[in-house]
Amino acid sequence: MKYQELEKTKEYKYGFTTDIESIKAPKGLNKDIIRFISKIKKEPEWMLDWRLKAYARLKNIKEPNWQKPKYPKINYQDLYYYSAPKSVKNKPKNIDEVDPKLLETYAKLGIPLKEQEKLSGIAVDAIFDSVSVATTFKKKLTEKGIIFCPISEAIQKHSDLVKKYLGSVIPIADHYFATLNSAVFTDGSFVYVPEGVRCPMELSTYFRINASETGQFERTLIIADKGSYVSYLEGCTAPMRDENQLHAANVELIAFDDAEIKYSTVQNWYPGDKNGKGGIYNFVTKRGACRGKNSKISWTQVETGSAITWKYPSCILQGDNSVGEFYSIAITNNHQKADTGTKMIHLGKNTKSKIISKGISAGHADNTYRGLVDISKNASNARNYTQCDSLLMGNRCGAHTVPYIKNKNLSAIVEHEATTSKINEDQLYYCNQRGLDQEEAVSLIVNGFCKEVLQQLPMEFAVEAQKLVDISLEGSVG
Amino acid sequence: MLEIKNLQVSIDNKQIIKGLNLTIKPGELHAIMGPNGSGKSTLANVLSGKNGYEISGELNFNGESLKKIPTDKRAQRGIFLAFQYPLEIPGVNTNNFLKTSLNSIRKAKGEKEIDALSFLKLVKEKTSELGIDEKILSRQLNVGFSGGEKKKNEILQMKILDPNLSILDETDSGLDIDALRIIAKGVNSSRNKKKSFLVITHYQRLLDYIKPDFVHVLSDGKIVKTGCSELAVELEKTGYKKLN
Repeated sequence: MKYQELEKTKEYKYGFTTDIESIKAPKGLNKDIIRFISKIKKEPEWMLDWRLKAYARLKNIKEPNWQKPKYPKINYQDLYYYSAPKSVKNKPKNIDEVDPKLLETYAKLGIPLKEQEKLSGIAVDAIFDSVSVATTFKKKLTEKGIIFCPISEAIQKHSDLVKKYLGSVIPIADHYFATLNSAVFTDGSFVYVPEGVRCPMELSTYFRINASETGQFERTLIIADKGSYVSYLEGCTAPMRDENQLHAANVELIAFDDAEIKYSTVQNWYPGDKNGKGGIYNFVTKRGACRGKNSKISWTQVETGSAITWKYPSCILQGDNSVGEFYSIAITNNHQKADTGTKMIHLGKNTKSKIISKGISAGHADNTYRGLVDISKNASNARNYTQCDSLLMGNRCGAHTVPYIKNKNLSAIVEHEATTSKINEDQLYYCNQRGLDQEEAVSLIVNGFCKEVLQQLPMEFAVEAQKLVDISLEGSVG
Repeated sequence: MLEIKNLQVSIDNKQIIKGLNLTIKPGELHAIMGPNGSGKSTLANVLSGKNGYEISGELNFNGESLKKIPTDKRAQRGIFLAFQYPLEIPGVNTNNFLKTSLNSIRKAKGEKEIDALSFLKLVKEKTSELGIDEKILSRQLNVGFSGGEKKKNEILQMKILDPNLSILDETDSGLDIDALRIIAKGVNSSRNKKKSFLVITHYQRLLDYIKPDFVHVLSDGKIVKTGCSELAVELEKTGYKKLN
């Protein structure tokens, strides 16, 4: 561990790097690299074919550029697509075999994997650069028939499930970053909850980018069979680096009849320094399909990190009476930029969706909510409620709201409410008069503003998220 | 307790207070009356440390000049302002707000933070003493409160924070007689040898319930007349015009 680096990281406490020997594939994006990844992961033939198909497609499509935050051109040939700590080359069978340095890193991040097994009731899959290093609580989950493992393992052991559902929500040819991910994804989590099973604990994945000049392309697939329930949470951090690092993940959720998936994200990738140097480009595709009737998918995201956040966790409401929810807090400070929101595609009858978005901008940051509510011809009695609130701190930041509504069914009811406000000097004065200092006052007001979304998070993470909100905005009001 | 000498206050180059002198000793209750625009609310804001004013003259609290002390530190030293228009803060639970507030004041005094149970007890005691419905504590701070509820909430906060100097900025405006009684009760039950009050009001009505030691008439940024509680009654009859 480089302790002197830790000293510098007061603003971003996860900014340390771990000195660990790693195996890297050579820089560049080509068929050989894809073959290398597939081989080192011991993938079956079909998986490699799938990746190559995506790669072939990639060459014919262009990066999208309609988003608000612009970024310098990414040289895809100048990135490492695979990086793994040497010590996990031969996969550890249990936590005792994991490199102590890795365990130390996770302990420092607040995830003591070893104690995790015994103490808390959360099963964790930890992803370090391109590989999964440990999955806790496996035994307990196996007893219920729940599969929770690295996707690389699932590709080998649960090949038929992966083959059937991978890419069924986000097709290979979806768009540039999704296609890129399909070609080069390295690891991620796989969850399958069998019919009628209620997952007894929170499932959680922790992503960590460590190596420099590395892109992280993880892939997560969650399948909730009929009448099942699962709550899943992901957290992310990265070291502080001067260069921008790309993170392009794909997350696919599938809920069958009467099943429910709750997916929460606390995203705290390195946001870059005060002048906007460095930071993660977080270009992520997340999509859930409510395939069965009465199914439900709920996205909750707290986005505080990254130089640029560009993502729209979406729901395809296919089954009749299915429900999609999107709760979001996006905080941008200094030079951070976010263009985020959701898409709710209503296909089935009596489908319902709810969108609650809270955007907070401070410093020179720019925050855009972009959303689509699409009601198809057959979605009788579809219902949507959208509420987008923006809070501005200071006078150099920006907030934008771009809601699209397409409605082809007359029986549908669509509501959209939006507010934009500046953090109110009088509110601050009122809090100050009650003995709260400026930071406490800001924290109180902002947390109040975000409350509806914070409430959606699993208890264990709500407190952490609240602290994160405070830290992200520290020093933003003079 | 409070000593104001030749206070001059301007905002945007417009002078509002033009040489005001006022001394409040421990245990005293002073009322300030005056027509609209005479500088009453400005005085309240200057005392509590609101930004944006140009100030000259002396402003001392317990022997210490307040001029460079920010609002939160003044509050921690025991200055409380019951707002004329209490602010709404969505999503913030009234109970939590009060607890956070009390704890930051306790912390500044070097006292231990109050635990949840003792706080609950304190709140119960104060609400029942004042006859305020406890339910307002579980609501979002001032959000959707009626005018009366907002003012009652201010007085409840005053009771719980137990300040040395309480400034009431037109707390009585727009209240019905029952709410007015609650406000008066809150003030009267807090009065003792150590606590001081500055009650700013338009009308003599409140002073039927709260008996001031001194009544000052503020007009055009100056105190033009000082007397005992009878002055208020007289003003009610004659109006402010005669004083100029």
